[in-house]
Amino acid sequence: MATATAATADTTAPAPTTGTATLTLAKSITAGLRRAMQDDEKVILLGEDIGKLGGVFRVTDGLQAEFGTDRVMDTPLAESGIIGMAVGLAMRGYRPVAEIQFDGFIYPGFDQIVAQVAKLHYRSRGAVRMPITIRVPFGGGIGSVEHHSESPEAYFAHTAGLRVVSCSNPQDAYGMLQQAIASDDPVMFFEPKRRYWSKGEVDFGAADVLPLGRARVVSTGSDVTLVAYGPLVATAKDAVSAAADDGVSIELIDLRSISPIDFEAIEASVRKTGRLVVTHEAAQSVGIGAEVAASITERCFNWLEAAPERVTGFDTPYPPAALEEHFLPDLDRLLDAVDRVLGRPNSLSDWEG
Amino acid sequence: MADTRRPAGARRTAKQGGDSAETLRGYYEQMVLVREFELRASEMYARAKIGGYCHLNLGEEATVVGLLAALRDTDYLFTTYRDHGYALVRGMEPGAVMAELFGKTTGVVGGRGGSMHMFDADLRMLGGYGIVGGQIPPATGAAFAIDYRSKAGKNAEAVMCLMGDATTNIGAFHESLNLAGLWKLPIVYVIVNNRLGMGTPVELASAEPDLYKRGSAYRIPGVRVDGDDPVAVRDAAIAALDKARADRQPSILETMSFRLKGHSVVDPARYRSKEDNEEAQANDPVPAFRNRLLKAGALDEKTADGIHDAIEKRVTDAVDFADASPDPSPSELFDAVYATPVANESRAYPGDPVTTVESVAS
Repeated sequence: MATATAATADTTAPAPTTGTATLTLAKSITAGLRRAMQDDEKVILLGEDIGKLGGVFRVTDGLQAEFGTDRVMDTPLAESGIIGMAVGLAMRGYRPVAEIQFDGFIYPGFDQIVAQVAKLHYRSRGAVRMPITIRVPFGGGIGSVEHHSESPEAYFAHTAGLRVVSCSNPQDAYGMLQQAIASDDPVMFFEPKRRYWSKGEVDFGAADVLPLGRARVVSTGSDVTLVAYGPLVATAKDAVSAAADDGVSIELIDLRSISPIDFEAIEASVRKTGRLVVTHEAAQSVGIGAEVAASITERCFNWLEAAPERVTGFDTPYPPAALEEHFLPDLDRLLDAVDRVLGRPNSLSDWEG
Repeated sequence: MADTRRPAGARRTAKQGGDSAETLRGYYEQMVLVREFELRASEMYARAKIGGYCHLNLGEEATVVGLLAALRDTDYLFTTYRDHGYALVRGMEPGAVMAELFGKTTGVVGGRGGSMHMFDADLRMLGGYGIVGGQIPPATGAAFAIDYRSKAGKNAEAVMCLMGDATTNIGAFHESLNLAGLWKLPIVYVIVNNRLGMGTPVELASAEPDLYKRGSAYRIPGVRVDGDDPVAVRDAAIAALDKARADRQPSILETMSFRLKGHSVVDPARYRSKEDNEEAQANDPVPAFRNRLLKAGALDEKTADGIHDAIEKRVTDAVDFADASPDPSPSELFDAVYATPVANESRAYPGDPVTTVESVAS
């Protein structure tokens, strides 16, 4: 590449490894990328307008200036090419991190992800590894439209060989991203774009980091288990407080790993509460919620006091902005589902009271 | 419409003098190996020793041998699913290749890949690819990695990425060529033009049927060569690879050959006319090269027969080896889905213990 410029090492301050800072979720991802790039020179970033512009959401802002154009590469608009290039780079020992600009833009790269990224290790019986991280800003709530607000995670969760994760807060974003990049298996890293600007404390030296595959019990409770991930964890937290005001104790689980799923954690919770509500923005049919509900029913049938409930986006294309609030799961719908599993009066009571 | 029936502008090899009789005999021997192996694979398929599909290099032998004669050990090769010959000539053992077709544990990837996915990282053959065009972005990425980690020069590494004629209509082809042209990557895209994308002739599938011109939008030059002539293919491939090594100039090499049989072993190719078939048979590269060497005095009948007999025995041994090799055990089903232990991954039959977070050190 004729235009490549090397980063000047002496202008690069080391990424912090101790201490804390209050960061937005977006900036905590930036910090995670920066740390991963400093820790391992094989980590390279590629994507559309991630360099000079710093990405549409400014997540990679400043990284090209710091690490040079050969480690933070602006690519043409070519998702199949970007993902496929990452495959070739991974075969040669690199740890590429590809940014897909918006959830709905991933489809042109779908073939490379499910046919090559996910399967090359299996197909070659371990001869090559695919330490690729594919970052995808996903979900709605930003007044955008289809292609810019979608939740395509289930497509990838259906494909063995991929790990699919989503972070819900700055600390996890920082830690999980580094775990994803360090993983020798490919990771689809779904970033809740409407939470990019929410702030939280990030401990750069956190010692008790959860394994990437582990769900987190966000708050303990005894009446209902509520499972969420990504952008809806914040909504679910509101539901926990609102229900508490009403005397209902919700145990909130942040799934974090969408594939594989930490069923142990949900199992332990449901055996305690006997009730399960699962929520995601993605459409209901054949979604993550269906898998969680089915698997927990199989594992905890004798502990369940009510049929599991799903609170999800509807089975429609992502709607225009004016209808978005009617599509996305919100506090009311979550509380309504909580009422349903508790057998309390709810939106369906007229029919099945 | 351009005439793709004959390799217009093809470089017919002018000089033979540059190559020793031994070199040429070596090429012939490799061509016979591919031919005999493929015929036997076809037979084994008919005998239900091979499952799934099976795409043969019959008619492509000169191209296989010419291309791989140009490729150095330090170069990387990505191919289509029509990959048995490339695996053999790149250096994989015929027994292991046949065992891969049989799905046996002694196959080149333990029976995991099958016919379409020959893979040997040590030989730098980074896969046959079952998806048309699936190999092009990864091959381009491998070329990028070369560019990233090393300097251009006459001893630099390069990538050769094969595809069929119909692949040039797929989006990944254009995305990849744009990247290679933009970033000046050391790669040669070889279009093995056998005139038919399954059953559809090139001129009914490509708006520009002169496929070597299809890189022009990306400032990637192309040449067309007679794919039935291993020496011409080799020389053209060396020239293209040299440009990739020294100048980081990606290019297209279009090789013109005929598919002697159906698209795969189960395709009777009823869409082909009698004349079409006759033309293909008349251009069969194996007897043609044999006659050429006989005429040039590089080979005599006795030696040629000896080569044939020795290869036949090698292929028989390969079949015996594959036949005698063990099938994979059912417990292997879950192996290598992931490279590392992944908590909660589904890697057990019902009743088997699951991988727990505790059992995974991470």
